Amino acid sequence: MAVDNSTAIKRTEFLSGLRDIIPILLGVAPFGMIYGVLATGAGLSNLDAQAMSSVVFAGSAQFMLVQLLNVGMPTIMMILTGFVINLRHALYSASLAPYTRPLTPLWKMLLSYVLVDEAFALVVMHYKQPNDSGYRHWYFLGAGLTLWTTWQLSTAAGIFLGAQVPASWGLDFTLALTFIALTVPAIVDRPSLLAALSAGVTAVLARNLPYKLGLMAAALVGILVGLWSEKK
Amino acid sequence: MSDIWIIMIAVGILTYLTRLSFILLLDKWQPPQIVTSALRYVPVAVLTAIIIPELVVVDNALDFSLANARMLAGIVAILVAWRTKSALWTIAVGFAAFLLLNAILA
Repeated sequence: MAVDNSTAIKRTEFLSGLRDIIPILLGVAPFGMIYGVLATGAGLSNLDAQAMSSVVFAGSAQFMLVQLLNVGMPTIMMILTGFVINLRHALYSASLAPYTRPLTPLWKMLLSYVLVDEAFALVVMHYKQPNDSGYRHWYFLGAGLTLWTTWQLSTAAGIFLGAQVPASWGLDFTLALTFIALTVPAIVDRPSLLAALSAGVTAVLARNLPYKLGLMAAALVGILVGLWSEKK
Repeated sequence: MSDIWIIMIAVGILTYLTRLSFILLLDKWQPPQIVTSALRYVPVAVLTAIIIPELVVVDNALDFSLANARMLAGIVAILVAWRTKSALWTIAVGFAAFLLLNAILA
């Protein structure tokens, strides 16, 4: 009886995560497609372009890397740039660690693999809700696996369609739209509004820092401004 | 091994380690209260830092003009997100606005 009940809760959590991420896919899929188009356009083989979506699995870094391939940046600098763009995931990891602490190492390894921006933004809101089913990691998994599958399929679609989807369609704009959809509802008070505004302004001002360090600088400024305005 | 595979594997491993950092590698660490409070601002700070340059930077120059379809469509999307809290409407209306503005401004 107890076993049946926990299975039902796991299924409910998994399907809730899957269902809640579906609207976000509307933005993720075009971005995956345009990544596939740009990757093959930058000279990557179909296999390389697809492999990058599984091995790196981070849209904005993949997008940046294929663009840097076009300008012929040295290998070590590309690695450093990719690393710095993705440093923000350490902040995501730290934010979710208190909730994932009871899980087995295998679960932690699995969930970390699907910890992309969109999964984080959705899952952190789910974890912050007061009622804990005890199986909220299944929600995380449902959302994460759905994002992963969509990312692989949309990459493949972009590779397949290739030049039939010109970059001039501006499908990369869906990245900004996806993040707007996830961020605006999270701005709920004065400190979070000021954190967002200060991070946005800093990101624009610091955009020419080497290795895309401006993103982390902006995130840290936003966090500090949020904390500071909370204390006022 | 070609350069692209070296880049892919290096960035892949570094990214995965970054994601694993606090969830697995440092999971015994109990952050002080100030850090816990600070982490509350991670989603809005990080995602806004990605969004705003996408809207107002064109060819590495600031563009606040009414000819900037990304900025205008972004404002539309922000308003829709604020009023509806719906990801579906935000992305759909935002992209429709973007296409429409591109057609008008072209």
